Amino acid sequence: MKQFFSFIKKEFAHVFRDRKTLVMLFGFPIVQIVLFGFALTNELKNANIAVVDNARDVASQQIIDKMEGSKFFNVQKSLMTPSQIDAAFKEGKIKLAVVFPPNFNQDLLHLNKASIQVIADASDPNTAAQLSNYISTIVADYQAQIAPTMKVPYTIIPEVRMLYNPDLKGAPNFVPGVMAMVLLLVCVMMTSVSIVREKEMGTMEILLVSPVKPLMVIIAKAIPYLVLSLVNLCVILLLSVYALDLPIKGSVVLLFAESTLLIITALALGLLISTITSSQQSAMFASMLGMMLPTMLLSGYMFPIENMPVVLQVISNIVPARWYYVIVKAVMLKGLGFASVWKETVILAGMAVFFTALSLRNFKIRLE
Amino acid sequence: MTNETVIRTNKLTKRFGDFVAVDEITFDVHKGEIFGFLGANGAGKTTAMRMLCGLSIPTSGEAMVAGFDVFKEPEEIKKNIGYMSQKFSLYEDLTVKENIEFYGGIYGLTKKQIKDESADLVDRLGLHDEADKLVSSLPLGWKQKLSFSVAIVHRPKIVFLDEPTGGVDPSMRRQFWDLIYDAADRGITIFVTTHYLDEAEYCNRVSIMVDGKIEALDSPAGLRKTFSANSMDEVFYKLARKAKRSAD
Repeated sequence: MKQFFSFIKKEFAHVFRDRKTLVMLFGFPIVQIVLFGFALTNELKNANIAVVDNARDVASQQIIDKMEGSKFFNVQKSLMTPSQIDAAFKEGKIKLAVVFPPNFNQDLLHLNKASIQVIADASDPNTAAQLSNYISTIVADYQAQIAPTMKVPYTIIPEVRMLYNPDLKGAPNFVPGVMAMVLLLVCVMMTSVSIVREKEMGTMEILLVSPVKPLMVIIAKAIPYLVLSLVNLCVILLLSVYALDLPIKGSVVLLFAESTLLIITALALGLLISTITSSQQSAMFASMLGMMLPTMLLSGYMFPIENMPVVLQVISNIVPARWYYVIVKAVMLKGLGFASVWKETVILAGMAVFFTALSLRNFKIRLE
Repeated sequence: MTNETVIRTNKLTKRFGDFVAVDEITFDVHKGEIFGFLGANGAGKTTAMRMLCGLSIPTSGEAMVAGFDVFKEPEEIKKNIGYMSQKFSLYEDLTVKENIEFYGGIYGLTKKQIKDESADLVDRLGLHDEADKLVSSLPLGWKQKLSFSVAIVHRPKIVFLDEPTGGVDPSMRRQFWDLIYDAADRGITIFVTTHYLDEAEYCNRVSIMVDGKIEALDSPAGLRKTFSANSMDEVFYKLARKAKRSAD
C-alpha cells in the first residue's frame, strides 16, 4: 500500500509540474463550453428585421408589439418602399421584412382573411427558415388570441412542441458531446503519453526491476487521470447548469457512474495505445486519430448517425462515445433512469472489460 | 570481500528462436566484489544482465541471485537488487528529494528510513543546495551520481550497473568510481557492464563475453598475464577479434 501511495504521489507531481498540459486539460472544456454556448450558437437572437406597417391599425399594432417583445427580433419600424426594402436586404441591414397591407384589420374583420407579406434573406436558408418560422408562430399566436371573439374560418393551427429542448437551445446537444470528448481526451491521450514517456525516458525499466507489480504501475498511472477527469466533469456540469441554464434532469449519481464507466474504457484504450507505440508523439497521434476523430464524427454529436451511410453506421457501433452520448442525453436532458439506458450501459461496460483485458494482456507481453 | 557467493550461474542460456543470445554461461560473484562484465555490443551482456535481474526468463540453465532462484523467485530477487540503466533514469520533472522519496517508497522503506537515507545521500553527494531543485537542472555528471545513489537507497545486496558512465567526462567518471568503491566497502556487490576498458582495471574481477559465451574471467592483472598483454585494451582486442557476430 505504501508503495502504491508513493506512486500516486509521484504521478500527481508529474501532472501538476506540467503546467501547460494542466492548463490545456482544464482550459479545453471551458473554452469549448463557452464557445459553443455563447459564440457558435445556432440560435438566432436579435435578428434585424424591418416592419412596414401600411395599415397602422389595432391588429397590426398588436402583432408588431409581439414581435418587439420577442428576444429573437430587433424590430425597425419604417415606411419603406419596396425598392428601399430591396436595398436594405442588399446592404445586409436586415434579415427579414414584414409588410402589413393597408386595411389589414378591416380585411381581417370583414373578409375573415388577411395577409402579411414576409420577405426573408434566403442566401442563408437556415436562418431564413428559422426567422420566418418565428414570425408564423407569432401570427398564429395572435390568431389564437383573437379566435374566441371572431370566427376564423380555418381553425387548425399546427402546434409544434419542442420536446426536452423547448427553446431549441444549442447547449443540450453539445454538452454531452463535450463531456465525451474531454473525458476521452484526458484519459486516452494523457494515459498513453504518460506511460510511453516512462518507456522513452528509460524509467520504465527501473520500475520493472523494482518489486512493484506491473498491475500496480498501471493502476497508479490511471488514478490521477481518473480524478482529473471527474474534476473536469464537475467543471463542465457546473458550467452547463449555471452558465448555460441547462439543468441536469436525471440522477447526478447515475451520470457520474456512467461517466466513470467511459473513463475506465478510455484509460484501457490509453494503455492499449501505450503498448503499441514507442514515442510520445506517436502515442499522441494515435490517440488523436484513433479516438478524437471518431468521437467527434461518429458519436452522433456532430452528425446524426441515422443520416450516415450504412458502413459508417456500423463503424459507429464500436465508438464508445456513441453509447455514452446516448446515455448522457437520456439521463441529463430527459431525466430518465437506469432502466432506460441499461442496454447502452451494458455495451459500454462490455467495451471497458474487453479493452482492459486486451491492454493488460499486451502490457504483460511487453515486459519480456 | 568475503567468499560468500551472491550470484551463481550454471550453464545459463537464453535463446530467441534459433538465435542463442547467451550461451551456457557459468560464473560466481562474491559478496562485496566489483565484478566487471565486458563484451562488444551484441555479445549478450544486456540479455545476461536482464536474466539476473528477473526481467527476462532464461531458456535453460540455473542461476541464483542474492540467494534466490531466477526461475522461481524473481520477485524476491527484485527486492534485493538495485539497477541503474545506461539511460539516465530519474524523473527530470521531480526534485532530487522527490526522486529519493519515490524510489525509497517503491522499495517499501519507512518514512523515517527515507528521511535518514535522503539526508545521508544529499550529504554524501554534497547536494544540499540542489535537494529541492528539479533533477533536470543538474549537470549530467551529477545526475549520474545521483542515479547510482538512488539505485542503492534501499541497501540492496547487489547493484547492477548497465554502462553507467556513458557520456561522462573522465574526471566525473573517476568521482563516480569513488562512489562505487564506497558502496562496495559497505558490502554491496557491484555488477557493472562497461565499454570503457580503462574502467575494467578498477574492477576486482572481469569477465569478457564474446558471441554469447564467457571467454575469459579473472582479475585484470591475471587477464593481462594470461593474454600476455600490457593493458585490458589489448586483452579485449585479442578476444573480440574472434567474434563472428557483427556488432549491432
